[in-house]
Amino acid sequence: MELTTVWFVLIAVLWTGYFVLEGFDFGVGLLAPVLARNEGERKQVLNTIGPVWDGNEVWLITAIGAMFAAFPAWYAGMLSRFYLPLVLLLVGLIIRGVGLEWRGKVRNAGERRLCDLGIGIGSALPAFLWGAIFADLLKDSAVAAVIGGLFSLALCLLHGAVFVSLKTTGRVRQAARRAALAASVVAVPVGVLALSSVPEGGTAFAWAGALVAMAAVAAAVALIWRRREGWAFAATATAIVLGTAALFDGLWPEPLTGLTVTEAASGPYTMQVLTWIGLIALPFVLAYQAWTYWVFRKRLTADVV
Amino acid sequence: MEALDLARWQFGITTVYHFLFVPLTIGLGIFVAGLQTAWHRTGKEHYLTLTKFFGKLFLINFAMGVVTGIVQEFQFGMNWSEYSTFVGDVFGAPLAMEALLAFFLESTFLGLWIFGWDRLPKRVHLATIWAAAIGSNLSAYFILAANAWMKHPVGYVVEDGRARMTDIWAVLTNSTAIAQVPHVVGAAFVVAGGFVIAVSAYRILHERRAVPAVPVPDTSTTTPANAKASTGDPAMWRTSLRAALVMTAIAGAVVAGTGDMSAKLLHEQQPMKLASAEGLQHDESSAPFSPLPGVEIPYLLSFLATNDPNAVIQGTEDLQARFEKQFGPGDYRPNQAVVFWSFRVMVGFGLATIGLSVLGLWLTRRRRPLPTWFARICLLALPLPTLAMIAGWLLSEIGRQPWTVAGELLTAASVSPGVSLAEVAISLAVFTLLYGALAVGEAVLLIHYIKAGPEVPAAESQPGDDEAPVLQPTLMY
Ligand code: HDD
Ligand code: HEM
Ligand code: HEM
Repeated sequence: MELTTVWFVLIAVLWTGYFVLEGFDFGVGLLAPVLARNEGERKQVLNTIGPVWDGNEVWLITAIGAMFAAFPAWYAGMLSRFYLPLVLLLVGLIIRGVGLEWRGKVRNAGERRLCDLGIGIGSALPAFLWGAIFADLLKDSAVAAVIGGLFSLALCLLHGAVFVSLKTTGRVRQAARRAALAASVVAVPVGVLALSSVPEGGTAFAWAGALVAMAAVAAAVALIWRRREGWAFAATATAIVLGTAALFDGLWPEPLTGLTVTEAASGPYTMQVLTWIGLIALPFVLAYQAWTYWVFRKRLTADVV
Repeated sequence: MEALDLARWQFGITTVYHFLFVPLTIGLGIFVAGLQTAWHRTGKEHYLTLTKFFGKLFLINFAMGVVTGIVQEFQFGMNWSEYSTFVGDVFGAPLAMEALLAFFLESTFLGLWIFGWDRLPKRVHLATIWAAAIGSNLSAYFILAANAWMKHPVGYVVEDGRARMTDIWAVLTNSTAIAQVPHVVGAAFVVAGGFVIAVSAYRILHERRAVPAVPVPDTSTTTPANAKASTGDPAMWRTSLRAALVMTAIAGAVVAGTGDMSAKLLHEQQPMKLASAEGLQHDESSAPFSPLPGVEIPYLLSFLATNDPNAVIQGTEDLQARFEKQFGPGDYRPNQAVVFWSFRVMVGFGLATIGLSVLGLWLTRRRRPLPTWFARICLLALPLPTLAMIAGWLLSEIGRQPWTVAGELLTAASVSPGVSLAEVAISLAVFTLLYGALAVGEAVLLIHYIKAGPEVPAAESQPGDDEAPVLQPTLMY
């Protein structure tokens, strides 16, 4: 495989990592007000992502940075084309980040509600907009964009609910399980609709990926029903991985209308440099991020306030 | 009014804003790591209290650096797509390296530090804050290497209207970057030092005001009767004050030394910026330096720029004529007033801060108490290093105009062609308003915690106090 292809795949991998990891962050941010009945439970829910959300967000920063370096014309074309949606998305990421970091430090309950609002809206916006942006990139149609957005929103809710049920005990764990079942009522039909986002003449790989992804969503529902939370989480994660793979397969070899990867790519020298750096750095990143999840593997209980 | 103008305003505003928080992150991170190390080594409760106190201020500020940084990374593609397409091959590499090698490190280990107090062995927990702080400093290196390339592009060729990297090592060891990294990182430590000095001075003044309120017949001045209930003991603030004074003085020496290095590089690489900073219109040998209009120190500019008091320094008008010959018609002079004055503000306010730290060290030598008048000056001086920092960036970035990449790409040719005036106007308005609101939030929170002082240990808080659960930080400890 020549390096242009390698880097297209690597960028797909970075986006996949981002969607899998921030997918549950967004879900958790959205569900916190729904799942928790009091401050102790809200802390319980939000602390499931407390130590990791910032590290998860760096997957996005790396994906964007890698696009900038490896495919400058793709980076530039895509970001300037989705100008206003991206402004909205950035606003979301800003208020979510500040809300998460400040909620434990504000002075009173009113300010804390403001943080909660920021976390909620700031999770909903990117969860919807990433789906919409990529669906539009694929199909160039507003209808596809809305369906894509709704699907990614529903999938984040499901993924996040499963994550909370996996990481907590007590009442919240049960509430999260019910929320996951409720989210699936939306996720499954919208997912079936989203299958229409596979472009005409989509490759067998894209079709297989999208279909198996849907099967994984269905499996997740069955698993959460049977209280197999770990397996259900593996299933929603698989759905996101395969869905993203199908998406990037659809973007190859023309990630923007009228622009092929070869035209968008940096020179071979830059590609080589990036490959070395990626090969050296990524294993360390994966190792210490995995270690973080290991350190915080215990289920959280609700604080008594 | 064109989209270009607004895009420039937007870049200026968002970047200056990002850079209000970043220096504090860079400097305070290492400072907090140092405090925790001191606690680890000595076991003194003092150091732990200080670690947690400054750690909290650090985290409130850190959040802002993170969220505004993301905007930076998107902004190149959104507003400056021509620029991004032209430079991505070279400029993107350090950016991708920054994310892979620095941001992952920083954000992952910071999460471990915040939530790991009682889950990690003490030693490992100490290592996490160091990893995070080192990550911040590494990130500064990569982004500055990218920035230095724009002023002094190296290690590339232009092919089909795009820069192609030929030598990553040349990009990472660009002479401009080598001078700029210690200058900026040093300046960040001056900013953080100035912050800790002001906070410590405030706490010391606060203690003094608290003491007479409870008349203690006993003369044991070191532990006022009410100290335990409010803020710990004053010796603690002296510790943080002295540490910050030392940090600022050392960092100040680095900043001044590397600033001189930068000036010499300007002479070779960016003569237009140097001439504008000095308001020198025509080529001159034995050029004087004028710290303020009307005051001239003979030979000093030539000496500063070259170490030779008789050297010829090029002037803006003569450079303009030469550039027109080289690049065709156009105005190659940056905004003269901004560049001239920002240079003076940077050097003046920056040196004032450094002078303050040296004076402070002398005044508090050998257990001498901090004079009250001096503590007040420390409070007033709080904005100075930040203003110096911003001014330095205005000098650097506006002084580079009309180029984004010196000699290769004009700013006017960098902007996104497909983005309309209305779109840029909307995003400019949205970010400016949101940023304004968040700045107020950060200021309110910082002031609140500085006034409140270190947390009262849980055992001592009054039961039934409604405020108590709110003040207990959930996302830390
Ligand atoms: C506390 C902050 C501070 C202080 C005390 C100084 N500077 Fe500075 N200076 C900066 C903060 C700064 C900065 C904001 O960090 C800049 C902007 C870009 C850069 O590389 O650093 C900068 C840029 C900058 C540049 C432009 C470099 C370029 O555009 O390539 C020069 C020539 C100097 N400085 C020179 C000095 C001199 C001679 C100083 C005398 C002591 C000095 N600086 C003190
Ligand atoms: C280190 C990374 C930085 C990079 C890569 C960078 C890059 C750029 C770019 C691409 C532009 C836009 C085009 C232009 O108007 O020339 C610009 C302009 C500008 N930058 Fe920077 N910048 C950096 C740091 C900073 C910082 C830290 C500040 C201030 C604190 C700053 C202040 C400005 C201002 C005020 C402008 C507008 C200049 C004008 O258009 O007149 N920059 N810079
Ligand atoms: C001299 C200029 C700059 C320095 C020293 C600097 C350094 C930093 C630091 C220390 C942070 C703290 C938080 C963190 O890593 O999470 C940060 C955040 C960030 N900066 Fe800047 N920055 C500069 C300018 C820029 C520019 C021009 C860009 C655009 C590419 C940028 C991109 C980012 C990003 C994406 C983040 C968020 C990282 C995260 O979530 O972890 N920075 N920057």
